[in-house]
Amino acid sequence: MCLAARLRQRIALEAVDPDRIPLGPRSARDLRAERTSEPAEPHDPAANRSYGFPVGLWRALARYRPPGTGHPRAWRSPLRGPWLTSVFGLILLVTLPVVTLTGLVSYIAYAPQFGQAIPADVGWLRLPRFTWPTSPSWLYALNQCTHVILGLVLVPVVLAKLWSVMPKLFDWPPARSPAQLLERLSLLLLVGGVLFEIATGVLNIQYDYVFGFSFYTAHYFGAWVFIAGFLAHVAVKLPRMVTALRSRSLRRELRTPRSRTLPEPLDADGLVAAHPAEPTLSRRGALGLVGSGSLLVAVMTAGQGTGGGARKFAYLLPRGRSYGDGPNGFQINRTAEAALIDTRDTGSSWRLSLAGGLGRITLDRTGLLAMPQHTATLPISCVEGWQTTQTWTGVRLRDLAALAGVPDPTSAHVRSLEAVGAFDRATLQGNQVLAPDSLLALRVNGADLSLDHGFPARVIVPALPGVHNTKWVRSIEFSDG
Amino acid sequence: MGEMRRAVARRSRFYGANPAHPLVQLGCFALAAYSVSHLAENPNLSRMILWFAVAVIGHDLVMFPGYALADRILTASSGALSRSRFRLPVSPVNYVRLPVLGSGLLFALFFPGIIEQGSVWYRAATGQTQEPFSGRWLFVTAVMFAAAAVAYVLRLGHVLARRSMRTRETSRGRGTGGVAAPDDE
Repeated sequence: MCLAARLRQRIALEAVDPDRIPLGPRSARDLRAERTSEPAEPHDPAANRSYGFPVGLWRALARYRPPGTGHPRAWRSPLRGPWLTSVFGLILLVTLPVVTLTGLVSYIAYAPQFGQAIPADVGWLRLPRFTWPTSPSWLYALNQCTHVILGLVLVPVVLAKLWSVMPKLFDWPPARSPAQLLERLSLLLLVGGVLFEIATGVLNIQYDYVFGFSFYTAHYFGAWVFIAGFLAHVAVKLPRMVTALRSRSLRRELRTPRSRTLPEPLDADGLVAAHPAEPTLSRRGALGLVGSGSLLVAVMTAGQGTGGGARKFAYLLPRGRSYGDGPNGFQINRTAEAALIDTRDTGSSWRLSLAGGLGRITLDRTGLLAMPQHTATLPISCVEGWQTTQTWTGVRLRDLAALAGVPDPTSAHVRSLEAVGAFDRATLQGNQVLAPDSLLALRVNGADLSLDHGFPARVIVPALPGVHNTKWVRSIEFSDG
Repeated sequence: MGEMRRAVARRSRFYGANPAHPLVQLGCFALAAYSVSHLAENPNLSRMILWFAVAVIGHDLVMFPGYALADRILTASSGALSRSRFRLPVSPVNYVRLPVLGSGLLFALFFPGIIEQGSVWYRAATGQTQEPFSGRWLFVTAVMFAAAAVAYVLRLGHVLARRSMRTRETSRGRGTGGVAAPDDE
């Protein structure tokens, strides 16, 4: 072993703040002098190791150590420590609330006032109600793409954060006081919550419903379990995170190569390895590794949100695929086949039924095409965090409302020819009917809609969740009260 | 005053933290319980709880020990190699770790398409099949391994070139007592 390595090991064992030790041979006296000038530990390691009530129980538990736990020597990474954990913690502290809030905003976008947001009954577990706007038209796309793509990009950070605190999971006894016991239970909610949300979300965006329960319901209430764990964890750990972040300079870490990477000083929580191995990676290398993971995920998912030329970079995702170059060559959200659409119902016998103040009116497709046509470029954006923007032509919904005798509707109930599925109907808010770009679209990109895109007619409303842009429309009922 | 502070300190030692701590924890459990109470009538509640548990166990007791063990094997075999006569001037550890982690991450996130799971729903939702994804994943994996191999060879060449230069310099400047520093990375 060379001198530098031996010294490194010794410094590690003596838990001297490595930042203060420049490389190079130093005498033992130098080291000792430096140690005595060290400020006192902010947390007394012994304090956390002593037992609370009931002391006897924790002591007894400590004696019956199951294999695989409580081995301080088993943890060898020289990088684990409060500072590194806190860096990951800070990133998640800023970003996870964005993922959570966009998820809750999406619930509002489904218009829970009509009972059509899923799950329908959430009690107090929702954002204050507000009328979901129709402008800007990309609002829902932005919200959902942020939710899904940021959520995916954070997966490497969540995994790194969990890696960094793993020694605590395998600590024995699992608790030394009632406080620690409660905290571990709330951590279970936090960790279980975040992993559950990741797992269900990842499966849902790929149409893999192997879990066998309602995605919306589970993801929504799971989110609140996560929120509960997250808030408690932040409340308890925020001061420690701040202290730990102040203990080292990020800028200096980013300049420290592997050869000069030393463990953090031993900490009260036992994150720092008591017997660390030689580093195979610097701290900046570890941060870079996690960052490259996130970057890789970003590059391979962003295309489903941006569309255009970048779409093909969403190389492993359903919404990175091409549907050809034709006017109807864009992402299909549900095929006519899956919706059990019978082509006998969509042919010349098809009629649109309008209901409102003047009773019932029926129109055929020729009649609709004879009405004033309006063209708008609008995205279809889905809860799965993808969008595709196309140019739609058709009759304004507000013209149909006026025709039905309800010029100022408060809502409109749209029904589809679909024989199966949860989204064979949708209720639109008054502002969504009246928005100048809200259409009953008959054509897209200059051609008739294809059957898979909702021929003979479909709804397209700016900033509306994709599944509420009902395809194969059969009837619209306008109400004003 | 001092009496009160002592009482608080005694209770803190008994409980193990300051008095705000239990309030925060109980608030957390109350919110989580209120959330789950909405599922009381849901026939799939036990399934959801099972998935919650599987998510935790799958990560903490399967995935983490799995990758930790794999990494321990990787570093140990690299260490054994460096002690043998086939000592490599540049450790290959990170050049293996990076593509393995990249490929593993992509698999963990996008496995339903790669293993064609849920193909019926996939077809219903998109009108397409999942057929291309396994080949695409293998292709990205191959690219990452190839890139790591190229980077390793370049690094190796760089270190060897620097080393031979240094050997020449020390043989020229013999007598000054200079000792070559170990390779920095």
